[in-house]
Amino acid sequence: MTVSLAEWLMDDRPASRRQAVLGNLYRGMRAIIANPAALAGLIIILLLVAVAIFAPVLALGRSPFAQDLAQRLAAPSAVHWLGTDELGRDIYARTLYGARVTLTIVFLVSIIVAPIGLAVGTLAGYLGGWVDRVLMRITDVFLAFPRLVLALAFAAALGPGIENAVIAISLTAWPPYARIARAETITIAGSDFIQVVVLQGASTLRILFRHVVPLCLSSVIVRLTLDMAGIILTAAGLGFLGLGAQPPTPEWGAMVSAGREVILDQWWVATIPGIAIFIVSLGFNLLGDGLRDVFDPKAER
Amino acid sequence: MSDPLLSVRNLSVSYPGRTGITHALKEASFDLGRERLGIVGESGSGKSTMGRAILGLIPRPGIVSAERMDFMGSSLIGNSDRDWQRLRGRRISMIMQDPKYSLNPVKRIGDQIAETCRLHLGSSRKDAEKRALSMLEAVQIRNPDTVFTLYPHQLSGGMGQRVMIAMMLVAEPDLLIADEPTSALDVTVQNEVLRILDRLVRERGMGLLFISHNLTVVSSFCDRVLIMYGGRILEQCAARDLADAKHPYTRALIAAAPSLDHPKSELATLVRDPEWLK
Amino acid sequence: MIDIADLSVTFGSGNRVVHAVRGVSLSVEEGESFGIVGESGSGKSTVLKAIAGLVPNSNTHLTVQGRPASGKRTKADRRLMQFVFQDPYASLHPRQTVDEALREPLAIHGLDDPENRIAQALSEVGLGVEHRFRYPHQLSGGQRQRVAIARALILRPPVLLLDEPTSALDVSVQAEILNLISRLKQANRLTIILVSHDLGVVAHLCNRIAIMQFGKLVEVVSAADLRSGNVTSDYTRALIEASRGFVRAVD
Repeated sequence: MTVSLAEWLMDDRPASRRQAVLGNLYRGMRAIIANPAALAGLIIILLLVAVAIFAPVLALGRSPFAQDLAQRLAAPSAVHWLGTDELGRDIYARTLYGARVTLTIVFLVSIIVAPIGLAVGTLAGYLGGWVDRVLMRITDVFLAFPRLVLALAFAAALGPGIENAVIAISLTAWPPYARIARAETITIAGSDFIQVVVLQGASTLRILFRHVVPLCLSSVIVRLTLDMAGIILTAAGLGFLGLGAQPPTPEWGAMVSAGREVILDQWWVATIPGIAIFIVSLGFNLLGDGLRDVFDPKAER
Repeated sequence: MSDPLLSVRNLSVSYPGRTGITHALKEASFDLGRERLGIVGESGSGKSTMGRAILGLIPRPGIVSAERMDFMGSSLIGNSDRDWQRLRGRRISMIMQDPKYSLNPVKRIGDQIAETCRLHLGSSRKDAEKRALSMLEAVQIRNPDTVFTLYPHQLSGGMGQRVMIAMMLVAEPDLLIADEPTSALDVTVQNEVLRILDRLVRERGMGLLFISHNLTVVSSFCDRVLIMYGGRILEQCAARDLADAKHPYTRALIAAAPSLDHPKSELATLVRDPEWLK
Repeated sequence: MIDIADLSVTFGSGNRVVHAVRGVSLSVEEGESFGIVGESGSGKSTVLKAIAGLVPNSNTHLTVQGRPASGKRTKADRRLMQFVFQDPYASLHPRQTVDEALREPLAIHGLDDPENRIAQALSEVGLGVEHRFRYPHQLSGGQRQRVAIARALILRPPVLLLDEPTSALDVSVQAEILNLISRLKQANRLTIILVSHDLGVVAHLCNRIAIMQFGKLVEVVSAADLRSGNVTSDYTRALIEASRGFVRAVD
């Protein structure tokens, strides 16, 4: 007897752990796809990844770095589809390669912010007492500063550059995640299923990592996805102020910044990377909303 | 008994879903006079759906259909929202399981009861407050003046349920639907609340639809009992004859409950027969 | 097997101290089924949680199998007793399959051959292989409670603590679970402490029963005495009377 893949995944009585996990993922995937806005967001993010990977192919031999001063600030044409910038570099190619920079920022910020936020939040929420008080006061200190200003200070102290920009953003972005993780942890820690593991003799670390963190993860992922637009914009802001990616790196924020002076006469220089930032931010926002619907425990039967 | 208070014929409630239509209630027929009618069933039997359908409280996209649903001679079928508003709280009232969710947490108890009174009876502020106080007395709250000024969170479970009863009865409805009114209460408190309901039914000649999962309570408190299973009424009998019920489901339900008076070495388990849902 | 001397539990501090349990002393023999009944606020569940070591504020002399069990519990202490909670919807991790829930205690205690132990634990509580990889939301209330019992017994503890294990279930499902508990008790020679508000349930499963009110122990009676009403306190008598159902006023 053969069953289709979909039937195997939707099976109510899975025969292995793998089938159960995949089935659960598949149900989540179907829920995202069934939600038009989330699907649009997902498609945009997948496109971003595809563009980043295939930038050399899509650029059709154009280099993001090659300068052609004779062709500076050229309007969109058959040769330069989206025009050129103040150094005669092809904006089409630079925008494509810029996806790589943006994706790097997104990736690096995610793997720094989520673990810090989760670690601080779950520890504070689960242990309580003075650990909670100390960790949360530190969090409050970070929260008290306006984010961009704090990131600016960090970026200025660390020196300009894309890696430092990412570190600066991450250092300012984790406190809300710690707050979320702490709130979730306090609810989870009081529940019967955590008491059960305590009674089984599990160590605190085991309880935190195997039982508490997986439950906080979904809200952290949702928040991260929703925040991603803001993070990209902060990165662009730092780039715009000259504290992010350094020339000649094709970073969208820096590109907008460069086009600022000529925005009235040569609008494309600033507009094209601006549109890219806008679309990607929108994509993350849409996906974040969709994920929130999918992960919402109230929607679970 | 003359004309029944409530007469229901072939009442059905169904919910369209992705996999087809679910029948929460199927072709239920019964009459209710000025008596205590118990509705017993396990979860998913449709007993709560029945109570809600009679009050027109089935949420969208649920579909309600009935051949007849007469309350004091007039049909409830096709009632508009305004018609329902005129009935609910005034002529038909409902008590829910947990008073915590039914009382407004930021308003004083007395004001809530008085407001109900003014809304439904159009009485003056002074009059309403007097009625509210006397109602609190009627549900045997020891110091009604104090309780009048309390907020819902300051009440114990039994007290809250009495306040709910007071609020529901202040408009002197003809029919009271009580959905598991005592299930959240301790046994000793439960019996006090039942005693109050019992007195009010007898003194005011009200009809009571008492929905519960507890066979002991229903058989000792009600006059007649409907046994529900899978959205159907399986049988109706006098409450005192419940021990000699005919339907195998009812018998199995009685046998499955551990009893203080009749020790059993092993409890009978229920074998569900698809025939019951024919 | 289990001896408690003068157990008191308070919650809160300063002016807002709540005495949940006041000076309760109990002793439970090996292989016995001991019941604790009372109404809400009687402290019955708190006593059970104190025995399990779930209440931090307990000030008592508790011995299990002759060894003191107050203070910090070791892994070995934990294996002596396991707990089944009231609400089957809250006692299973929502993102773990039945298989993972049963694997966890084995992993914590480093027990060998988890595959067979899990399969055996499931069959003991009457669940089939088709349930093994399901998530809690794919199970009924009765099935979840079976999983909770299987999880408690997979470490083979000599003592099983049950906190209202059937009060969230329908009567017919309750009968199945109660039968299961008494069967498992026989097969594994368990010592059981059962907390319930339902006199019928306690009398059905236990030989000796403690009655509690306002945090104090009212009395300890045998199941036979509870059934026949051969009790000393008025409160117990009122409780028995009330649980027989409503008595109509004669008019």
